[in-house]
Amino acid sequence: MTQDHIANRQPPTPQGLLHLASLAFAVVLVLAPILAGAQSVYHRGNTGEPETLDQHITSTTYEAHILRELYEGLVAQNAKGEVIPGVAQRWDISDDGRVYTFYLRDDAMWSNGDRVTAGDFVFSLRRILTPDTGAKYANILYPIEHAQAINKGEQPPDTLAARAIDEGTLEITLRDATPYFLELLTHQTGLPVHPPTVQQHDKGFVRPGIMVSNGAYTLKEQIPQAHILLEKNPNFHDATNVSIDQVYFYPTEDRGAALRRVIAGELHSNNDIPDEEVAWVRENHPEILRTATQLGTYYYAVDHTVPPFDDVRVRTALSMMIDREYLTEEITGSGEVPAYGFVPPGIGNYGEPAYASYRDEPMIDRIEKAGELLREAGFGPDNPLQVEIRYNTSENHKKIALAIADMWADNAVQTSLLNTDVATHYGYLRDGGAFNVARAGWIGDYNDPQNFLFLVQSDNQGFNYAKYNNPEYDRLMDEAAQTIDLEERAKILYKAEELFIRDLPYIPIYYYVSKSLVAPSLKGWEDNPPNVHPTRFMSIE
Amino acid sequence: MWRYIGRRLLGAVPTVFIVITVAFFMMRLAPGGPFLLDRPLPDQIMENLMRVYQLDQPLWVQYTSYLKNIIRGDFGPSLIYRDFTVAELIAGGLPVSIQFGVSALLIALGLGTLLGTLAALYQNRGGDYLVMGVATFGMTIPNFVVAPVLSFIFGIALGWLPTSGWGDGTISYKVLPIICLMLPQMAIITRLTRAGMIEVLRSEPIRTAHAKGLPTRVVLTRHALRGAILPVISYLGPAAAALLTGSVVIETIFGVPGIGRYFVQGALNRDYTLVMGTVLLISVFILLFNLLVDIIYSVLDPRVIYDD
Repeated sequence: MTQDHIANRQPPTPQGLLHLASLAFAVVLVLAPILAGAQSVYHRGNTGEPETLDQHITSTTYEAHILRELYEGLVAQNAKGEVIPGVAQRWDISDDGRVYTFYLRDDAMWSNGDRVTAGDFVFSLRRILTPDTGAKYANILYPIEHAQAINKGEQPPDTLAARAIDEGTLEITLRDATPYFLELLTHQTGLPVHPPTVQQHDKGFVRPGIMVSNGAYTLKEQIPQAHILLEKNPNFHDATNVSIDQVYFYPTEDRGAALRRVIAGELHSNNDIPDEEVAWVRENHPEILRTATQLGTYYYAVDHTVPPFDDVRVRTALSMMIDREYLTEEITGSGEVPAYGFVPPGIGNYGEPAYASYRDEPMIDRIEKAGELLREAGFGPDNPLQVEIRYNTSENHKKIALAIADMWADNAVQTSLLNTDVATHYGYLRDGGAFNVARAGWIGDYNDPQNFLFLVQSDNQGFNYAKYNNPEYDRLMDEAAQTIDLEERAKILYKAEELFIRDLPYIPIYYYVSKSLVAPSLKGWEDNPPNVHPTRFMSIE
Repeated sequence: MWRYIGRRLLGAVPTVFIVITVAFFMMRLAPGGPFLLDRPLPDQIMENLMRVYQLDQPLWVQYTSYLKNIIRGDFGPSLIYRDFTVAELIAGGLPVSIQFGVSALLIALGLGTLLGTLAALYQNRGGDYLVMGVATFGMTIPNFVVAPVLSFIFGIALGWLPTSGWGDGTISYKVLPIICLMLPQMAIITRLTRAGMIEVLRSEPIRTAHAKGLPTRVVLTRHALRGAILPVISYLGPAAAALLTGSVVIETIFGVPGIGRYFVQGALNRDYTLVMGTVLLISVFILLFNLLVDIIYSVLDPRVIYDD
């Protein structure tokens, strides 16, 4: 239907258009109050135009926000972001933690009235793992037995260890016990597709009028770069408790404009705000500003193959000299938390992160100690250490880099900056390009420390920018992967993080916060670390 | 005349071909790729993606198959907005951009020539300084400053218009973006008209017209403007191409679903096919408008004669 929609948008003559537009405007003015009374409409600002609404091809969080409205997976998330039963009413987990049996609810329906069956989930899991689907996030599901081999094209998709015992019972067998498997299933890649629609329309199943979905909402209209309109799905099993009738998702690329739209009452919420406006909003419109700690870390990677950065003393000195409290208070200023460990605090299946020993030392002592370390490594005012910081173009990254350069200058470190656009930056890092120090950030895909610590495993070629290679670290990560007991596993992961903080493949700088704008008239928006806000739990007053 | 037009159109074909070729290879020379953004993908996933979108083939194979597809009118799927083809995205955004561009251009042309003529008539007097002051302001203050300020004044402080967004596409959503798009063009046209008019007003034919006792209004509109507007006409080619293909700044700030952003963001996201599609479109626009300008020239200026 979008296609028709586009085709119908012929360029009208300016005059005819003017008449038509003023007429339409008049009609809207008259009708708006009447319509507003009848329907509860949520105007929701959302980062950008989704790259796709195909849950198997998607990769971004702002696509997840839309897909979560359209579909319901085996498990779902509540307003607090916690895992709750979705299509699966309950589930059993075998003693060795490898076999999950999901019991599907009888009243789970697709928007066309079909029942959501275990077979639909089997079809969906096979589809995302089929190499030709080109799924960016297929690896989220690699813990399922044979999933990785299927995605590599070594095995046919029907060998996947997910089977429908009957219409309402689904059994999934994992390669290893994966304690965070239910968390993984909350990712948008775990959402089902409606098999007959996909078979008939292939990639075109995502279009309005064609898409059949099983969530609280259905796709009504999509005008690229303008809006996506969702409408309440009467076939949703919990439809009686869904209060909002329509949701407009707007791609709010310009965050300043989004802020004005929230203030003007045109949007009920937006999921971001320009950093430089946080203080102003806090002062002038405190009622709309929401910040919450998030599962994410902003860090500087250090190349372990480039001398003198292969010297742990140099890396430790650089880390010690960074005054994280100053950066978070004076530069980012939105409530970010100084990071002395790599895993964010408050993450599931873990305790407190392994913090660096100098966390509580005063800056003045840290600078002195760092100076000693640099001297031992052969650097000082006569032979200053030269560092180049690479970062992707952004005002915020630049300010932080400049401030850090200034902090490092306390021990005569000479810093130069190099910025490139984001594709070049990450392309260079991914391809193993040599560097000194490079800015990066990581937002967790699921609520588990493994999702942070796996970044620097030596075989993780795409993510291990630092080219960190410590067999002991790899061994601990493998051991954790084999450990079912959650407390035992947390201890092993903690040991790995201790090594991380000692060796510093990445120098953690701060933990991210999510910043949202929420109008007081929107009820039911709860701040939470996964930053998940399903409309089905909200209402508008 | 027709032979001239035919010749120009034929000459445009190799030009477009060269533009496509250069753009294709320059895009590929840029580091990174469409699937390399904030977080890198595991190797296996990347291989799958490259194969599905046929980016794993040698560059010259991709190039020749791209050319073949273009000749058949197939611009390929967008590599970033994967639910749409490039043709669909452009077909959706172009009418919006054309509507905005044409409105902005017509208003800029009308107001610009009017103001420029007034400024020339009152040269070095109050009216001139006022007009030129406004024009200089319009040219020097960038869009990304004007747009938020206007949006704040009319959207929040006065509450007369929506701050931004497309809404249902009614006129209230279009006023501010069109003004912002129009302002710098109007300023440039004002300056060009003023300069042209001052020169023409001093010329002998105009003095003769005055001497014959023609009313000033007639002298200005029938005779002087025709000569004075020539520099404006030659400026129209690039201006129209720029306006019709949209402005990424205006589109982003006001949430206008035009095609300007596809060009800039397509390049930043390494959306090869989308960039190629917009490059092709813009180059065709520029070639056509330059031709149009040359034709208007021959109509307005009797000294210009094409065809032998």
